[in-house]
Amino acid sequence: MFSLIRSMWLVFLHMFHKRETYQYPEEKAPLPARWRGRIALTRDPDGGERCVGCYLCAAACPVDCISLQAAEAPDGRRYPSFFRINFSRCIFCGFCEEACPTYAIQLLPDFEMAEYNRQNLVYEKEDLTINSQGKYPGYNYYKVAGMTISGKDKGEAAKEEPPVDIKSLLP
Amino acid sequence: MATIYIDNKAYTVKDGRNLLEVCLQLGINLPYFCWHPSLGSVGACRQCAIKVFKDEDDKKGRIMMSCMEPVRDNVRISVDDSEAAAFREHVIGWLMTNHPHDCAVCDEGGSCHLQDMTVMTGHSYRDYRFTKRTYRNQDLGPFLNHEMNRCIQCYRCVRFYKDYAGGKDLDVFAAHNHVYFGRQQPGRLENEFSGNLAEVCPTGVFTDKTLKSHYTRKWDMTYAPSVCQGCSLGCNTVAGERYGSIRQITSRYNGEVNGYFLCDRGRYGYEFVNSPQRIHQPAIRPHHNGTPSSDWIVAQAADKLRNGKAIGIGSPRASLESNFALRQLVGADHFYIGMSDMEHDHTALALKILRDGPVRTPSLHEVEKADMVLILGEDLTNTAPMLALAVRQAVRQEPMQDAIQTVHIAEWQDAAVREAMQDKKGPLFILHTFPTKLDELAARTQRGAPDNLARIAFAVSHALGAEIPAVNGLNDEERELVKEIVQALEAAERPLVISGYGSGNDAYMKAAANITWALHKKGKQPMLSLTVPECNSLGLEMLGGHRLDSALDVLRHGDADTLVILENDLYRRADKHIVDEMFRLAKEVIVVDHLYNPTAERATLILPAGTFAEADGTIVNNEGRAQRYYQVYVPKDQVQESWRWFLQIAEKAGIPRLNGLQNLDDIVWAMTVAVPALESIQELAPAADFRMAGQKIPREPHRYSGRTAMLANENVSEPKPPEDVDTPLSFTMEGFRGEPPAPLIPFFWSPGWNSVQSVNKFQSEIGGALHGGDPGKRLLEAHVNGRIPFFTEAPEPFVPMPGHVHLMPIYHIFGSDELSMHTSGIAGGAPEPFVIYLNPEDLHQWGASPGTWVNFEVDDHPYTMAVEANNWLPRGIAALNAGIRGAEVVDMPQCIRFSNVRTETI
Repeated sequence: MFSLIRSMWLVFLHMFHKRETYQYPEEKAPLPARWRGRIALTRDPDGGERCVGCYLCAAACPVDCISLQAAEAPDGRRYPSFFRINFSRCIFCGFCEEACPTYAIQLLPDFEMAEYNRQNLVYEKEDLTINSQGKYPGYNYYKVAGMTISGKDKGEAAKEEPPVDIKSLLP
Repeated sequence: MATIYIDNKAYTVKDGRNLLEVCLQLGINLPYFCWHPSLGSVGACRQCAIKVFKDEDDKKGRIMMSCMEPVRDNVRISVDDSEAAAFREHVIGWLMTNHPHDCAVCDEGGSCHLQDMTVMTGHSYRDYRFTKRTYRNQDLGPFLNHEMNRCIQCYRCVRFYKDYAGGKDLDVFAAHNHVYFGRQQPGRLENEFSGNLAEVCPTGVFTDKTLKSHYTRKWDMTYAPSVCQGCSLGCNTVAGERYGSIRQITSRYNGEVNGYFLCDRGRYGYEFVNSPQRIHQPAIRPHHNGTPSSDWIVAQAADKLRNGKAIGIGSPRASLESNFALRQLVGADHFYIGMSDMEHDHTALALKILRDGPVRTPSLHEVEKADMVLILGEDLTNTAPMLALAVRQAVRQEPMQDAIQTVHIAEWQDAAVREAMQDKKGPLFILHTFPTKLDELAARTQRGAPDNLARIAFAVSHALGAEIPAVNGLNDEERELVKEIVQALEAAERPLVISGYGSGNDAYMKAAANITWALHKKGKQPMLSLTVPECNSLGLEMLGGHRLDSALDVLRHGDADTLVILENDLYRRADKHIVDEMFRLAKEVIVVDHLYNPTAERATLILPAGTFAEADGTIVNNEGRAQRYYQVYVPKDQVQESWRWFLQIAEKAGIPRLNGLQNLDDIVWAMTVAVPALESIQELAPAADFRMAGQKIPREPHRYSGRTAMLANENVSEPKPPEDVDTPLSFTMEGFRGEPPAPLIPFFWSPGWNSVQSVNKFQSEIGGALHGGDPGKRLLEAHVNGRIPFFTEAPEPFVPMPGHVHLMPIYHIFGSDELSMHTSGIAGGAPEPFVIYLNPEDLHQWGASPGTWVNFEVDDHPYTMAVEANNWLPRGIAALNAGIRGAEVVDMPQCIRFSNVRTETI
């Protein structure tokens, strides 16, 4: 009898508590920056594509929902000629982001991707690429890699010596 | 045998090897860079360090390089020793100090020996925080990409390129920590085996440039064991596919055939599979509306066969199964061998010599062990490239054995053996009209007209005791040469005579047979290697059929009006006017092929055939070794195996000879029943119902990616994976993950060993056979007690005929093969078409100058070509680049008559 009254009293008290329910979609929940939601392809500080088509994200993906084709631009930069994520398979585990050596692929705090038609969940490169550096501002892979691209010759990357003069015998 | 103790565990191993080989063979993971099973040890990279202990009581031991230490009985070593392990980790650390942060953009990544070894040693954090050395790269041509920053100075590239393959234009430059591996000037690498650098290089300095143009990581490709279609040697390859196109060909180790290497034609000649000239849909000509269904087209073909008098023309570049299916479809009496008459004569002669003669034909591995080589009328680098590479190793045999005897070092002590050998070379004699790349190794070379050179070879066989009439009329120099060759042949233990189709003169092959048979009679153990024109020439010849020129007669007499042509461009098989007449006479032409070519243009019905990558089949190489190649992927559209088309047509047409046959095993069975000579093909590879632990063998690596996305743009619901009813391989990544039987190994991979170096794990002995024996079955063995008479008819001395020239073929590694020419890098290295070469004096006599057009006649049919001077041609002999598109004159050798020399130049 007592416990019954106590329960009713506690329920009554809850009427005056702060509401935990968000009135979604009118009201959005604040998501932390490291929330693993929609996947995006980010850009370098100089605006170039960060993705170099190394296939590591595809290899890391436990549901094999990433497929791409690497290509090389005339300026020496590698890029994916297509990049496709099948979000109807994606489990948002973030392994692709972890595997990415160029910080290109990043998971964003955005989950509103629901579709009535499953085919619409297949995102191509145009759908994935954003005009932002995402969570890693300032990082430029080609500045630390040894490959030459136009505008960055051998020896001009971070911590590189000028190219060896192979005709020199000096130590 | 010796007993050695590794980490206090006793093993019994073979003497004469080094400790690195032994450890790898025992399955111990020991890192290495500079050692390569085919190149030997030099101890340069310091990576394979182990601890060696004096005796049981020695607890301290000393660090030594395992690749430089021979196996000694009761030697005690430790691989796991903490000091040795730390040493190895430090060595990698030093090698990595200058290695760029490139893995993401490096084509080697995922199949990189340096990555594997770094992980294996446990070096995971870079201690070096200073600047890195950089280099400028070179453009090395269409086959290889150069990225010198990645170099770890193991010297494998120059050791392969210069020492093993005889290349001249790749070397090491500069000094101390600045050494540079490249060419003196940027430019195309000249050696025909340059592509192997991509596999030999343990990291990404040299990578496959054709792969780069459609780059895919190793783990992402669908693989199948395949066999090269580029020449008659049948080198084993691994073909990799992604997104419906072939991406890469790598060497598939076969201890008996190609070992670790491939030639550039074999490695890069695959682009025809992806060619825009591929036939994807069946078609009826000339009324072609839309894409017919495969059922309807099969019914049409069956109608044409039923209503007409059909003959079938086979192909030396199609599988035995396809040729056999066509033979059964039209009946053996109506089956014609789709080779030019010259090719047919040569192949038939080669088959007769190898099948009925008492002398064994060697595998490429045995060629490498020959201690004396005589080459008759062949430019091996161009007609059978890997045989040329094997001869290069054979030439080292004699001086190497000497060095091993005198200075008591093992064969694998590469640098020391080479130092001891200096420039000494074993006996190699080359008799050929033109200079060849092997001439630099030869003790003697002789040039001249093919008939005259063949006479020298006949004289050699006579001097060795062959029961043939003496060859008279040789001059002093030639007699001297005969004597020299005879001495060398008699002194050798394992002499090898090589001949073949390369000069278009079968007197060479007869002389080669005579020489080896005479040696055999004397109790020697000679070897005889004969090249044949194409990948399945010998198999087709074993299947048998009528000559191609008799097909024309049959058409002329009206005994046939329907041609069924299997994977064959007849314009490459006979002179243009002959083929034109055949097509004029034929009412219906059914072509089953994979590329549009001049023959397909004349077809009334086209069926799309699968290439080596889309079909299963068996081909027979020049030593009579039958080898199976497997379908790599399921093609889109209506492409299927030629034999499958024929089976479907036969079913529709109600032909009982092919009744009830459905898949590969059925047709192989039917073939072995019909042609007893091919019987052992049944045992070539496990049948389609073979399972390991109840599972099929997956064509895809376990990390294969993108399965649920690669086709999602077409339909988000994934299609059912294709099934393979013909073989024990599956088209997916599901299946048995252990080691498959040798003929079914789709790719080499082993835990911790992602690069091609993982092949160590598949060998029963390092550099020896694969587990369970190398794949392939020899169909021809020497007929030891065979009594085949010597070829007595030595050719007459060559005398120029007034008003005529004798036409001979010149073969090119890049250009003479039909299919590989679809690779742009190979086409770029091909010689000019429409060119006929003449001796400068002949040129002068005809009133022509280099570059002018000449008209000449073949059987009263006119042809026009440009003339060029060639100083090596004897008077009265002209030469033509064989197999080049537009060559038009195919029947060689033959006599042609110049009718008109025009003065204008091209």
